[in-house]
Amino acid sequence: MTTDLGPSAVTATAVRKVYGDHVVLDGIDLDIPAGSVFALLGPNGAGKTTVVQILSTLIRADAGDMRVAGHDVVRDPDAVRATIGVTGQFSAVDSFLTGEENLLLMADLNRLPRRERRPSAAELLARFDLVDAARKPAATYSGGMRRRLDLAMTLVGRPRVIFLDEPTTGLDPRSRRTMWEIIRRLVNDEGVTVFLTTQYLEEADRLADRIAVLHRGKVVAEGPPEELKRQVGGGHVTLRFADPRGYDHAARTLDVMSRNDETRTLQIPSQGDLRSLRALLDRLDHASLTVDELQVHTPDLDDVFFALTGNPVTEQEPAR
Amino acid sequence: MSSVSRTVAVAFADSATMLCRQLRHMLRYPTLILTAAGVPVVFLLLFVYVLGGILGTGLDGPSGGRDAYVNYVVPGVILMTVATAAQGTAISVAIDMTEGIVARFRTMAIARVSVLTGHVLGSLIQTLLSITAVIGVALLVGFEPTADFGRWLGAVGALVMIILALTWLSVALAMVAKSVATASNMLTPLMILPMMGSGFVPTDSMPAGLKWFADYQPFTPFIETLRGLLMGTPLDNSAILTIGWCALIALGGYLWAKKLYNREPTK
Repeated sequence: MTTDLGPSAVTATAVRKVYGDHVVLDGIDLDIPAGSVFALLGPNGAGKTTVVQILSTLIRADAGDMRVAGHDVVRDPDAVRATIGVTGQFSAVDSFLTGEENLLLMADLNRLPRRERRPSAAELLARFDLVDAARKPAATYSGGMRRRLDLAMTLVGRPRVIFLDEPTTGLDPRSRRTMWEIIRRLVNDEGVTVFLTTQYLEEADRLADRIAVLHRGKVVAEGPPEELKRQVGGGHVTLRFADPRGYDHAARTLDVMSRNDETRTLQIPSQGDLRSLRALLDRLDHASLTVDELQVHTPDLDDVFFALTGNPVTEQEPAR
Repeated sequence: MSSVSRTVAVAFADSATMLCRQLRHMLRYPTLILTAAGVPVVFLLLFVYVLGGILGTGLDGPSGGRDAYVNYVVPGVILMTVATAAQGTAISVAIDMTEGIVARFRTMAIARVSVLTGHVLGSLIQTLLSITAVIGVALLVGFEPTADFGRWLGAVGALVMIILALTWLSVALAMVAKSVATASNMLTPLMILPMMGSGFVPTDSMPAGLKWFADYQPFTPFIETLRGLLMGTPLDNSAILTIGWCALIALGGYLWAKKLYNREPTK
């Protein structure tokens, strides 16, 4: 765990970005200590990618003050670019080149000394378990391999601050675990700062020292994962009803978090412990409601949002 | 080093790196060069063997016939090769722009347009190779250029100018296009322009309106310059016009492409 005493790797104050009449970011404040992992948590369309794009100099904010590794993002973008590494949401590898050639391309663009190019590429290929595929075009790689190559390319320039935009979205569970290990090791071994965005509470919980929750262009909660989980409480219980009348009755009488009329399912906030479950079942029995199926969920993004905003997550997605 | 000379050195180094990237693409998929040469070669053979007997007779000159037509049509086919290759460039730029790799380049401390410069220089080499292949086939079917070494050099120089101009233009057009398919379609008129100039028949044989267009569009001086240098036909003012058009198109295309590249990605 990091202390908050270190210097800041990323600071942002009152960052605002508007596309047309859609306010994407409405005054974001961030302060990320060097050598820590920071997770920006939010659903699709919450503006996570926009934050990454602004801090990594891809797009300009309409207002706000941003500094990365001590450099002003607006006034000195090249100095920022020289210290950061970005692995975007969409694979940023050259599919026509082999894994090794991709890494050598990065070595050249980062102006590594000639004798360091190949050793650096070889070391990264070994570290990311890509040695066997080194001479094959990246087009032939699996999703997990592409992500690993992508991250390896980001590391060629020895960045001090690494932005990872949804690093595990679309990966199978095993590749996801591998990715988590790699990210954690980066921070532990090399002391880099990692700024990642994710839709998964579990991922933020596993990796991050601090989490910020983005909701309608604002940071609605910020703190260490434990603190956040304490606010969120437990998870929820999903109830499915076969009988439409029972469903209607339950929807009216219970403390419903979200409902799906088509499948006749209700989500009820719950700690998931025996006592609260028994209380819920008692209420259902009392009202003579027949439940077809009951599932207990550990907390996920939906629960975070419900706890923090009182809305289920689906209502936060702006129409595009 | 001063900051200006450092910037220039960086721009050169990064453009060279990006050129290497394009050359690797080319080596990995050599079929691209063959395709770029294939279409013009098919046109060359069609025009020479299917239409050449009749078209050649219509040309002014002592001999006429198919033999005369080969010598007339080759410069037009060479320009067609340039246009085909420009279309290939547009497609590969458009593919690049839709891939995440360009977003990565944008977040790196490298010369901004080096990725485009790499494309243009790569295309220049690829197009010259394609043209060599086309001229090889032309020699086999009876092309007899009269140029000496100096004039050949002049022809290569003219071609380099024309290729750079049309390639920068196609890079800009590819960036206007939001998709690969649109990029490809936007370049199609470039393929037709050699035909609507002096590439395949003398413009004198065209109806008045078309003749006017053919005489004033840039492909006609391009073709006449090549023809003059390779076959010894009169150059008149076509060399000057070629230099002017090329400078205009290259500069316009470069500035346009640069502006489009520096524009914020709209995701």
